[in-house]
Amino acid sequence: MAYSRPTYKPRYENFIGGEWVPPLSGEYFDNLSPVDGELLTKIPRSSTADVDAAVAAGVKAFETYRHTSVIERSTLLNKIADKIEANLEALAIAETLDNGKAVRETLNADVPLVIDHFRYFASVIRAEAGTVADLDENTISQEIHEPLGVVAQIIPWNFPLLMAAWKIAPAIAAGNCVVLKPASATPMSILLLMETIQDVLPKGVVNIINGAGGKIGKHLATHPDIKKVGFTGETTTGQLIMQYATENIIPSTLELGGKSPNVFFESIMAKDDEFFDKAIEGLVLFAFNSGEVCTCPSRALIQESIYEPFMKRVLERVKAITQENPLDPTTKMGAQASVNQKEKILEYIRIGKEEGAECLIGGAEYKNKTFPKGNYIQPTIFKGHNKMRIFQEEIFGPVLCVTTFKDEAEALAIANDTIYGLGSGVWSRDAHQLHSMSRGIEAGRVWVNCYHLYPSHASFGGYKKSGIGRETHMMMLNAYRHTKNILTSYNKNKLGFF
Amino acid sequence: MTIHRLSATSEALKVIEMLKKEYGELVFNQSGGCCDGTAPMCYEKKDFHVPSHNIKMGEVGGCEFFIDKDQFEYFRYSQIVLDVKEEKAAFGNSFSLEIDEGYQFITRSRIFSDEENRLLKEQEK
Repeated sequence: MAYSRPTYKPRYENFIGGEWVPPLSGEYFDNLSPVDGELLTKIPRSSTADVDAAVAAGVKAFETYRHTSVIERSTLLNKIADKIEANLEALAIAETLDNGKAVRETLNADVPLVIDHFRYFASVIRAEAGTVADLDENTISQEIHEPLGVVAQIIPWNFPLLMAAWKIAPAIAAGNCVVLKPASATPMSILLLMETIQDVLPKGVVNIINGAGGKIGKHLATHPDIKKVGFTGETTTGQLIMQYATENIIPSTLELGGKSPNVFFESIMAKDDEFFDKAIEGLVLFAFNSGEVCTCPSRALIQESIYEPFMKRVLERVKAITQENPLDPTTKMGAQASVNQKEKILEYIRIGKEEGAECLIGGAEYKNKTFPKGNYIQPTIFKGHNKMRIFQEEIFGPVLCVTTFKDEAEALAIANDTIYGLGSGVWSRDAHQLHSMSRGIEAGRVWVNCYHLYPSHASFGGYKKSGIGRETHMMMLNAYRHTKNILTSYNKNKLGFF
Repeated sequence: MTIHRLSATSEALKVIEMLKKEYGELVFNQSGGCCDGTAPMCYEKKDFHVPSHNIKMGEVGGCEFFIDKDQFEYFRYSQIVLDVKEEKAAFGNSFSLEIDEGYQFITRSRIFSDEENRLLKEQEK
């Protein structure tokens, strides 16, 4: 049974200082659902003055919040998690309507991971400590952590709620206040999330400001009261953010995408067992989240000795991907996030065909009879070689590029022949091969005999042009903190210099 | 016959003119990566430090258009047409200037023929 489309408020406001505040311009954007192309709600088109108000609310809240105890912050994060858990289904439906992804994903992945992320950071801050060193018998060095202040977070549209959680949870766990700008394509679910947690959240600790990056992003990233910028998105805006960060000499963390290799060695077919079945799914995970994942396993490298029989099984599995209604929990793949995204994917499908890649399945729009105005693409597999543009550029859609290799050395060379280094996968029954490949691949995450798992406490981030910094691990806390060294001498005698 | 790596549609040129009136001189840089990646970013010229090793692909509407040198290795065999899509609903999370006006620049590509690649090689000697 498909969920029906709930009615949302005709418009939402910015969330500033714990209040719902209309934009000073009085202007709003239409927020369309990629599921059916219909209007979901309207969202504020903010100006720089709205940004100033949000930052000021953060600065005011920080005066108090910086002094909260670890116990208070941990309790806050747990309460946020509980509130979200109590509204899991409503948030999952909103996320599907806002982003387009299938509801079975939002119910079972996105929102549960959001909940767990808050609980994870609630836990780890209780169990960590600074360090103390006995430098000599009279000198003690203490390393103490202190929050940065108000931090800006600019997040993408592919996992609106989860990316908000990845950014907000460590920042507020570490004692910072946040001004977050959702992607202007997918602001609604985050605003619903704020409605869900506003009763437990101290005013001004998290502020949400909506609008296009070109209008307010620079003002936010260069604001003198902003002490750090976190950004997930494309490379050029990432460079711009780093450049802006130089103005106030503040840190930035960037997660900028990838073109992740997923490598399948011949031993996977040594038996036709549950592990081989898992490996087939591991390849077909390119269609997870309609392919709109920074770590989408969008390049499959298959050992040539098993290419034919493996692909035969893979194509059967791809054929079984159902589309049509993303709100139906049995639907396997949802919509693309916007009309433009759909167009961009179709453009790459065209480029792939023009480059001479062989289209094995899909290769066109999916004509959705239920939602003819939605944005749907058929899961698509191309066979080609790694120098083709479709193998090198992030398509951000359900488009897989497959190539073959002879041996481990060639597999590693192809895997690393990319400007990115975010995700990767290695599939084999040979333990030595798994080890040498996972050490050889230049990427921040190597999934070994699995893919697309995002548990808290496993760090996530990029090598090469995929960005700087790590998320989803307690090490992220230090990206949101200063380290203060308190150096104490218990020696009553002077140095003797003067 | 000169082969051009880059051109722009009349719609794209119109949006460039509109943005120039509001922001002054502009610069384009082809992006890559997550979300709005693989779309061209349009920024104020004074605002974006073009990375030193980026390659200039040409000019559109009097604005220079750059691309990362490694990305260029894959774009060098394509002719790029800068186009624009109207998208009145909010879109994206990049800082490209046209988004707020309800547009998004896109790059359309055509793979050069062998003959065109040969001519380009001579042209760029």
